[in-house]
Amino acid sequence: MSDNKVKVATCSLAGCFGCHMSFLDIDERIVDLINHVRFDRSPLTDIKEVGHCAIGLVEGGLCNEENVEVLKAFRENCDLLVSVGACAINGGVPAMRNNIPLEECLETAYVNGIGVVDPQIPQHEDIPPLLNKVLPIHEAVHVDYFLPGCPPPADAFWELLTAVLENREPNLDYSLRHFD
Amino acid sequence: MSDQTIPCIELNGKPIPFQAGESIMQAATQAGVYIPHLCHHPDVSPHGSCRVCIVKVNGRVKASCITPAEEGAVVESECDEIRQLRKRLIQMLFVEGNHFCPSCEMSGQCQLQALAYDLNMLDTHFDHFYPNRAIDCTHPDIILDRDRCINCDLCVRASAQIDNKQALSLGGRGQQTHLQANCESGLLKDSGIESQDKAMHICPVGALLPKNNHYPQITGERIYDKAPISEVGNVRPENHQGDQTKGPIS
Repeated sequence: MSDNKVKVATCSLAGCFGCHMSFLDIDERIVDLINHVRFDRSPLTDIKEVGHCAIGLVEGGLCNEENVEVLKAFRENCDLLVSVGACAINGGVPAMRNNIPLEECLETAYVNGIGVVDPQIPQHEDIPPLLNKVLPIHEAVHVDYFLPGCPPPADAFWELLTAVLENREPNLDYSLRHFD
Repeated sequence: MSDQTIPCIELNGKPIPFQAGESIMQAATQAGVYIPHLCHHPDVSPHGSCRVCIVKVNGRVKASCITPAEEGAVVESECDEIRQLRKRLIQMLFVEGNHFCPSCEMSGQCQLQALAYDLNMLDTHFDHFYPNRAIDCTHPDIILDRDRCINCDLCVRASAQIDNKQALSLGGRGQQTHLQANCESGLLKDSGIESQDKAMHICPVGALLPKNNHYPQITGERIYDKAPISEVGNVRPENHQGDQTKGPIS
């Protein structure tokens, strides 16, 4: 598999995959892109472990222990780590639970919620424990670039990737800088 | 006296005239030069608390809304150092509150967010506080959402100085500082504030919101969708119609 293509990994932590969908809105430009990049671990490839990559795109914040594990693996393996979207940058909508005690969140969802059958808080070794608070990824690892937005526009992804491929600093125009 | 020259400051390399007693902010505004600000509004007394209007005056960093213009002062408002300091201030305001833009109805019309865009703020840089702040929905027409409040004090001053009510005040200290209804119950419904009050129409963020007319502007046609705040000014939604701005820009 040795070629000159730049390796890119992507993942969605506590996110909704909306950023990934927006990335795919680069439309036919993806044909140009795959002439230059090879996707490593990503929902687009279904590769489960991240290898050494030039760029890691991380969507979503940290809401459970698995998110922290994946993020650290991305940081160790990616030369450039990019915080993608509102949830990765400030916790986003999942972080709106931060003002409610975790136990209360779980009890409302799984014990006292309307229509709950067989009320119990799910516990299994395959279910990663939740963190007390949802955190942005820059609070756990160093981040090299940020793409704000919910989601970031496709053109922002394109600008970031082409800038890195052309060995220049990305520059997001005013229209590409938004938090919603 | 008539042959005396008008006193001027030098702002970004250009002479700007001022009247005795004016602040640098007032002189700049009259000359059509925008200095970013959040806690300042021309209709109420200056407060000097948000520090976003910092400029360099003869090499020293000062808040332009509370610094008097002085003959010959050399003022820089757009140098890299000042823009970087402003960006850090805006980032601190973001992490200190709970500013979730994607679900906020003031998104696109919010002056805090607009300044972040204009200062090329792409991240929040600091660790987030995620403070626990109470919402006050007791008033029939108005919501007080403290998650979005930046304690700029504009509504407090507008209520006291324009509405003659003193319906609001800032309580607590330090990180516990919060906007409160200035009455015994501490509830908005007992404060005397009304929808038409200036206090309701001066908030630079979305802390005081009407209970009706939500999301009045579609994305793409909101105040700061097309042009930065440095071109549009600190505009409230009720003074903005498409690309046309009604009323004074502050």
